[in-house]
Amino acid sequence: MEGRQEAGKENKPSSTSVDPQGDSSLQVEISDAVSERDKVKFTVQTKSCLPHFAQTEFSVVRQHEEFIWLHDAYVENEEYAGLIIPPAPPRPDFEASREKLQKLGEGDSSITREEFAKMKQELEAEYLAIFKKTVAMHEVFLQRLAAHPTLRRDHNFFVFLEYGQDLSVRGKNRKELLGGFLRNIVKSADEALITSMSGLKEVDDFFEHERTFLLEYHTRIRDACLRADRVMQSHKCLADDYIPMSAALSSLGTQEVNQLKTSFLKLAELFERLRKLEGRVASDEDLKLSDMLRYYMRDSQAAKDLLYRRLRALADYENANKALDKARTRNREVRTAESNQQLCCRRFERLSDSAKQGKTPWLRNPCHWAAYPARVPTSPPSSPELMDFKSRRVSSFRKNLIELAELELKHAKASTLLLRNTLVALKGEP
Amino acid sequence: MAAEREPPPLGDGKPTDFEELEDGEDLFTSTVSTLESSPSSPEPASLPAEDVSTNSNGRKPAEVVLDDDREDLFAEATEEVSLDSPEREPILSSEPSPAVTPVTPTTLIAPRMESKSISAPVIFDRSREEIEEEANGDVFDIEIGVSDPEKVGDGMNAYMAYRVTTKTSLSMFSKSEFSVKRRFSDFLGLHSKLASKYLHVGYIVPPAPEKSIVGMTKVKVGKEDSSSTEFVEKRRAALERYLQRTVKHPTLLQDPDLRQFLESSELPRAVNTQALSGAGILRMVNKAADAVNKMTIKMNESDAWFEEKQQQFENLDQQLRKLHASVEALVCHRKELSANTAAFAKSAAMLGNSEDHTALSRALSQLAEVEEKIDQLHQEQAFADFYMFSELLSDYIRLIAAVKWEAKVQQGERDFEQISKTIRKEVGRFEAKRVKDFKTVIIKYLESLVQTQQQLIKYWEAFLPEAKAIA
Repeated sequence: MEGRQEAGKENKPSSTSVDPQGDSSLQVEISDAVSERDKVKFTVQTKSCLPHFAQTEFSVVRQHEEFIWLHDAYVENEEYAGLIIPPAPPRPDFEASREKLQKLGEGDSSITREEFAKMKQELEAEYLAIFKKTVAMHEVFLQRLAAHPTLRRDHNFFVFLEYGQDLSVRGKNRKELLGGFLRNIVKSADEALITSMSGLKEVDDFFEHERTFLLEYHTRIRDACLRADRVMQSHKCLADDYIPMSAALSSLGTQEVNQLKTSFLKLAELFERLRKLEGRVASDEDLKLSDMLRYYMRDSQAAKDLLYRRLRALADYENANKALDKARTRNREVRTAESNQQLCCRRFERLSDSAKQGKTPWLRNPCHWAAYPARVPTSPPSSPELMDFKSRRVSSFRKNLIELAELELKHAKASTLLLRNTLVALKGEP
Repeated sequence: MAAEREPPPLGDGKPTDFEELEDGEDLFTSTVSTLESSPSSPEPASLPAEDVSTNSNGRKPAEVVLDDDREDLFAEATEEVSLDSPEREPILSSEPSPAVTPVTPTTLIAPRMESKSISAPVIFDRSREEIEEEANGDVFDIEIGVSDPEKVGDGMNAYMAYRVTTKTSLSMFSKSEFSVKRRFSDFLGLHSKLASKYLHVGYIVPPAPEKSIVGMTKVKVGKEDSSSTEFVEKRRAALERYLQRTVKHPTLLQDPDLRQFLESSELPRAVNTQALSGAGILRMVNKAADAVNKMTIKMNESDAWFEEKQQQFENLDQQLRKLHASVEALVCHRKELSANTAAFAKSAAMLGNSEDHTALSRALSQLAEVEEKIDQLHQEQAFADFYMFSELLSDYIRLIAAVKWEAKVQQGERDFEQISKTIRKEVGRFEAKRVKDFKTVIIKYLESLVQTQQQLIKYWEAFLPEAKAIA
């Protein structure tokens, strides 16, 4: 099924608070998207006055796999180990929607033509909603990258935004997927291992607290997200139930010859309108609640990953210390042990600083930037990653919860009005 | 009250002996003028006189036959009803006699009813007037309540006893307020008797609630969970609606069996009650329909009316079934929504606990509370969906099955104008009642939906400032 999306800012379901206007030197958006048989093509438009780019305004076409490639490139880059890498957008999945449309097409002869048309309309609206969401997810990913002072300067990012040709990034084949899957398992096993290591003491209360917090938070938000999804599904089912009800009432109305005729017809109309309202409630809950929870579930996972990397660095540092001691007692290869230990120490400190309010004022002095223009500061001067995560989260929840409440009120008021009008009409008749 | 009346002479059962009948050859038309207040049908084209005489003469033997075979007809719903089967004969031969006066059927019932049947005709007359005076329609001063379900006995012999309370100012009852204890099989027994007396005569006898082996077994075994309490409540409500419909019927209200059911403290155990489940009636309808369709039917204008009515009821039945099925789906999904909302409320509360930003944490807890209240709301709405809407629809579907039976019987029995008139009147009454019933329930249901929305508004309005307070 073909679908085009003209993504303007106003109709984008943005459940995360990314402020693209924050730094106008690099603005990225997805200006268009086309859905073909089994892939979606996004048109990524960039506006920038930065010197790296050949033009001030340009567009490229990218597919989902290329986004994933970009994300993985960031994750694998040691330089960004101390940063929260924005979570990759989920793969566009129209499978469920397509299946439902197909089933509808195969036909259930017991439903009338009107019912069929309405159900088709519902499914098409669902398809469109999924489409809009996937565009929004991909856009938010890019916009967070563009807003991050360090991540926006990445070479791969520039290539992604500017290179006119296909990046020739094929989707991961089965082996690579499996590899990725195994890597995740290894990572969690490793994490479990290093935390249980007797010698490994968390030196910093802040991180201890953050780790406990994030572990619990991530589990609970994942739970909440799943259950919010189910609530949304139930609302959708309810809305769909009104379709056959409305149709049956309509037939009853046309059959009747007595006073019930108008009553039934009015009821049929009422349920048709209620259906639309109920449907809107479902989709608003989806956007404002489910999607937001889902995004922060992923973001909290990214934050967890950062903490893991730091812990890993700490473990390495500890090991390096031990190795150095051993080398010193044996008086063999002390040099290598020393330099290794230095390395581990620096890495660990870098990650720690980057994650929370830095202890190294040196890098934060802009004069030093000027002195080392080519060097990309690994510790962003004033955006401690974990603090950032918190403030993003709080403001996003605030915005979405307010909007959710306002929309629920709007729909409830509309339903009440509709019901009251119908009641007046019904009571007014003999 | 009954004792005060002098029993009229009960002759050899000839219709002409009854006081309220004028002497005349045209038995049926005179009866028609006495009994029918507003005949809506044209005069019958022909009236086979020989049937009358056969009846008067052959009445007594027919009585006995009628009794047993009638029971059989209703007892074995799966039995083949063919044109030549013995079951059909009682219908053919007995039709006119009960049709003469509605009272007559009582004389054909088992002997123990004799004493009552003697006095019945006069009382019938008086209370009928009383009833017709009360209202031109369906409002009689009689109210029935079914309450206090109580488990009696243990194990598989246990049963639920319900209190049936009657409040009335009608003179046919000895007291103005009284109650008795009845069990489910008593209700089925009552229906069986009423159906056997009145169905084939053209009256729409309201169907009794469905039997449920699973539901009852759970109750018997003593399962004290919500599904068995729900089941008992559902049944109680259904029994109440059943009795209310039955007493609203002016003719059935006269019936001594009904009065005995409502009044007497002891009721003989009804046997053979498996016959009249709704499903059983449907099966019967279908078999009879097949039988009737095999007959060649002469078309005349009264046939046209019945054809039309039958078609109308067919359509109505079909549409009501569809609506009922979709309302049942609605109830089911609303229950699911309620459960899912409750689960979400819990996880939102947990998330709120985890959240270390105070204002956000509080807002999330508030959200959890709102969702919990909404879940309650959904539960109540599902309840309303069910009791108001769904049950009404299923009652009407079963009523219509009974009406269709009427129409099909008529198609075969169109010679018997009495039935025809009765049926037309019944159908007219049914239609009027249906309209009123539906409208009342629909309005109530919509009002419940409005209530729900109002509550939702309240909850979200309370939540909004909390969300805005997140700093």
